[in-house]
Amino acid sequence: MGRTIFHLSAVLLASALPLFAQAPALQVPATVTAGQSFAIPRNGRGTFYLVGPSHVLKQNVDAGREIAIAGRDVSTSGTYQAILCGSEGCTSATIQVLSAAPERLTFLLHPSRVPVNTPNAVNGTAIVSDRFHNTVVAPAKVDFRLSLAGEEISTRSVQSVRGIAWFEIGSRPKQGSLQVTAALGDTTEPRVIQQVASEACGLRMSATPGPHAVTLQTDPIRDCAGNPLPDGTIVSFTKTDAAGKSTVDTPIKKDRATAKFEVSGPAHISVACGEALGNEISFAGRP
Amino acid sequence: MKFVLVLLIALLTVGLVAAGWVQSGGMKLRAERAASTPEEAVRALLADIQAHNWDQAYARLDHSNDIQQQDFVREIAGTDGSLRTYSALQGFDVWPVHADASHSTLRVRFNWSSAVGSLDEVRDLSVVRDGNTWKVVWPKPNFANVPLQVLPVNYLRWDVIGRRSDDWGSASVDSPKVRIISMNAVERPDSVVVLGEVENEDTVPAYVNISATLLKQDGSPLAQQDSFDAIAHSLLPKQVSPYRIDFPGARLNQVKSVRMDAHPLLVPASADPVITVENQNVNKDALGRTVLKGSLVNQSGQIVNIAQVLAAFYDTSGKVIWVSDGYVDDALIPQAPVPFAVDIPPDVATRMHDYHVVVNHYTAPRA
Repeated sequence: MGRTIFHLSAVLLASALPLFAQAPALQVPATVTAGQSFAIPRNGRGTFYLVGPSHVLKQNVDAGREIAIAGRDVSTSGTYQAILCGSEGCTSATIQVLSAAPERLTFLLHPSRVPVNTPNAVNGTAIVSDRFHNTVVAPAKVDFRLSLAGEEISTRSVQSVRGIAWFEIGSRPKQGSLQVTAALGDTTEPRVIQQVASEACGLRMSATPGPHAVTLQTDPIRDCAGNPLPDGTIVSFTKTDAAGKSTVDTPIKKDRATAKFEVSGPAHISVACGEALGNEISFAGRP
Repeated sequence: MKFVLVLLIALLTVGLVAAGWVQSGGMKLRAERAASTPEEAVRALLADIQAHNWDQAYARLDHSNDIQQQDFVREIAGTDGSLRTYSALQGFDVWPVHADASHSTLRVRFNWSSAVGSLDEVRDLSVVRDGNTWKVVWPKPNFANVPLQVLPVNYLRWDVIGRRSDDWGSASVDSPKVRIISMNAVERPDSVVVLGEVENEDTVPAYVNISATLLKQDGSPLAQQDSFDAIAHSLLPKQVSPYRIDFPGARLNQVKSVRMDAHPLLVPASADPVITVENQNVNKDALGRTVLKGSLVNQSGQIVNIAQVLAAFYDTSGKVIWVSDGYVDDALIPQAPVPFAVDIPPDVATRMHDYHVVVNHYTAPRA
């Protein structure tokens, strides 16, 4: 509460200064780099205020000494108001604090899982900032390195615009982990996207009759690019006979799905996985 | 004088106790316990079941079918953490179906209060004369007798691991991608019902909840509800679940549009158990209602304590026109079929062309 009142007072003081400022102007640098110490020349005694976007500094000034501003007091980029109040009144000046050299990357890669062969499905955005987390608006070159197991590393260099560099690509036809690393000088930020199989393609099952039941097993279930669907994917088997309809949702295990149905008369069995329909098998009687 | 006062207090106490007994249904209970008519015999049996007075209840049964008390209690009180073990007989209605001098059939509607709400069950009970009293013929329970065997269970399991960072822009994993593949808003006599199907299109399991907001003509919300238990919340990759969202008291002419939201969460899950839904048939039950019947077979090696059946009904164009759900009283013992039945409203039964059944399950953590 006290801190808030202090900040508000400082801002009010800064805005009211033109009404009664009669003292000599402050000799401040027009621009300063974030985190860089600097000094303001001063004669006489008084109180100095530095009001920044996220920080307010107050210090007493002795006669004949410079006002030293530590780098930590100007670590946030933006516009600062320097105010000096002495016996002759108050005076103020504006200082622009610019971001320091690019040193950090914030990297957002979306999505974390993507089906193979999907155009423009992967996008990455890197935000360039200095060591104080100020966005660096000056252009900087960001390299995006893309590597998939068994493939050569490809690199895209993107110039940041107002601190942001981004790219968009389609997913590859082969499933697996796609590692994308954003690099700025020595700074790297790696991320991984899982490229997963798409919808099942050419779903096919075969039946093995037993004494009382028929065992159904699919061929290895793959998408149209030949990638095996992940284990755990649900495959639905449906049997229709005189007793009614029987269904089972069973997960793929080791690339295949299996099910067992009792068959005692003419029966019709079908299989499906997601939107993909497979072949159908008919039995004339007991298997 | 002192003696008169003591006598007066004693008489008053006896009178109050008698009034309390009559008030609490003591006369009725006594009449029921007498079992001098078929209905009294059934009511007496149900009163004993309600009071968990198993010895008394068993004594009221006709033992000609060699029914054992432990089997009778097991059927009524449930076992293996089934829904019946979390239920109590709240009330019952009895009405005659057939009667002659030595044999009678009565229809009983049991009303169970359970962990998932109120559940109704209808049974026909036979009652036979035994001298001056009547005895209930309780059908001998036919518990599955699965031979001792070793069943390898090696289905998949997904775990979510790693620190969930709060740092903005740090690595994260997307929520599963689910899609509402159909939605239909229908009007019932006392409500508006939003129903359809949702599919997990991702390669990881999803915990899904569907919410719907009815919007008025001016676009403002009229009511908001979610699917609660009328959905299979845990969906494995490519699995489809029906959902139903009820808006009691709403009318369709108040609604301009419906806003649907699917809320998927990344959760640990297991591909086990696999439950087969066998011999699905649309039939009439004892009350003449249209029901979808079938049986569930647990193909895994672990007991499924509570199973819920969700059924989506489609018209000839493949549109979902109704979603029914029903709980199964018994636990699903591995390899043992357990019957189920879910209601189909009469107007849906006439328009229904096909159906799809999904089984939702709850398994208590093993010690």
